[in-house]
Amino acid sequence: MRLIYIARKNLFAKPLQTTLSAILLAFGVGMVSLVMLSEKQIKDQFERNIKDIDLVLGAKGSPLQLILANVYHIDAPTGNIDLEAANEVVKHPYVEAGIPLAYGDNYMGYRIVGTEHSYPQHYKAELAEGELWEETYEVTVGATAAEKLGLGIGDRFYSAHGLTDGTDVHDNVEFVVVGIFKHTSSVIDQLLLTNIESVWGVHGDQTEHSEEKPKEITAVLLKKRNPMAVLTLPNLLKDTNMQVALPAIEINRLNNQFGFGTKAISAIALLIMVLSFASIFISVFENMQTRKYELALMRTMGGSPSTLFKLILLEGGLLSICGALFGLIISRVGLLTLAALVADQFKYDISEMAILPSEIGLICCATFVGLLAAILPALKTLRMDISGTLSNE
Amino acid sequence: MIATLDLTFSYPDSGLLTFPNVECDSSGQLLILGNSGSGKTTLLHIMCGLLKPQTGSINIDGIDLTVLNDRELDKFRGLNIGVVFQQAHFVQSLTVIENLALPALMTSENISSEELRERTVRLLNRLSLQHKAYSLPSELSVGEQQRASIARALIHKPKVVFADEPTSALDDKSTEAVISLLEEETNHAGASLVIVTHDQRLKNRYDDRVELKDLAL
Repeated sequence: MRLIYIARKNLFAKPLQTTLSAILLAFGVGMVSLVMLSEKQIKDQFERNIKDIDLVLGAKGSPLQLILANVYHIDAPTGNIDLEAANEVVKHPYVEAGIPLAYGDNYMGYRIVGTEHSYPQHYKAELAEGELWEETYEVTVGATAAEKLGLGIGDRFYSAHGLTDGTDVHDNVEFVVVGIFKHTSSVIDQLLLTNIESVWGVHGDQTEHSEEKPKEITAVLLKKRNPMAVLTLPNLLKDTNMQVALPAIEINRLNNQFGFGTKAISAIALLIMVLSFASIFISVFENMQTRKYELALMRTMGGSPSTLFKLILLEGGLLSICGALFGLIISRVGLLTLAALVADQFKYDISEMAILPSEIGLICCATFVGLLAAILPALKTLRMDISGTLSNE
Repeated sequence: MIATLDLTFSYPDSGLLTFPNVECDSSGQLLILGNSGSGKTTLLHIMCGLLKPQTGSINIDGIDLTVLNDRELDKFRGLNIGVVFQQAHFVQSLTVIENLALPALMTSENISSEELRERTVRLLNRLSLQHKAYSLPSELSVGEQQRASIARALIHKPKVVFADEPTSALDDKSTEAVISLLEEETNHAGASLVIVTHDQRLKNRYDDRVELKDLAL
């Protein structure tokens, strides 16, 4: 039999008190860890999608909206731009490459994006089966979209106008699935990719004036050749209906907005941790008062003050480690719930469950809180008057 | 085996307690009789090494307790002394058999778990407690608790067993049973037995007895 066994037994002997203390700590840890996890996931996800996209060229409007719409596909586009004018920008010497995007239709809520093969290549998307689109109205489907929509090679479907629902179906042309991508953990997973002509075709056939209208696209993702591009391009576009936005800067701004909520949640979590500190303190202290005689007894059996000190610390430590581990489970359940919600709303997948290095720090911190709460009662055992305790039972 | 010499003690706000010299042979039995307030618990605690006397010395098995430091005293107590308290107290969250293993854990005595187990089982059998080995102390009757506390006082084969008022709450019949058991078991274990009590019923049982005078207030 070892001290840790006695500590465990003592904790189990008061299940309600122990559970309350552990739950309080667990919720404190859980909330902090949830904030950490979701922050990291969102940040990773955002950064993965920005990957080497230095600038986004699109219609004037909110630059943040331009980024959200064209890099992440979670907002409506700011409008369309003229293909010719856009090509002029791509040919600018400061620009190394551009990936054009044209969209405006969806299938069951998943966007159909007209682009070039360089788009999936940019995100290193590999084919799980089939091939990349070649002909007009051929589509290659992102992994998540294929899974959720139940699409397979050879399946045919009609697109619907708009980006979210299927009320206004374009039943003039039929798309056919020719390939499915592997999972990339990037925005490609959520998209149905085809060529730009398909997107024009769906709308052009409807209006029947396509030949007269200048060709338009939604945006171009740009990679700069020269840092000067960031300064030069906005000036160049001053008098057009186009603008360029920097994903890194816009997302940074967005993060700062998010940051406020994150800070509020962290503050509440900290408050819960303080409460759990008080709870563990009271629990260990009460426990010690009622077990005063037991502790004196252990002293008469030859137990040294330091042995009892260790025992009390072990109880606090065990309690807080259990609470902290339980907290990590809570945060993961919370994240899964959140991921399910977010995925439905934004078609985003944020369910990576690995333990972050910062969470190991969090567990150490929570354990420290438990030990700190136990150390005051434990110090009392060092100065215990055994004889007095034994004679006034 | 046990010998005290000119022990005195004083609590912060009371007069000086002087104790008569006490002597007991190894495997001898000694009764210390005194009314409440005569300082008998104080004397017991001094002899166990739980209190330090103001003056005088206590010698157990050739060792002067007053020269030991706190750590040595804890160790000495754990290895050589067993105490049976008036009320049987246990670590409530541990079973009877685990409570019996406590002294070995507390002193980190070098004893194999097989040997400890064998000792425990033998002792529980002798005290007819084998069926309660895995019960919690709270599930034992008062009589069983008392027997279990005797077992615990003997488990580490102490040289001396001190019993503090072992019979004061018991009727005549139980008193006889408990005292016989204490005598028998300490005898069997080869330990000295020192009983400290105000219970006059025990007076004639022992030739070897010390009576404490009431405190002059």
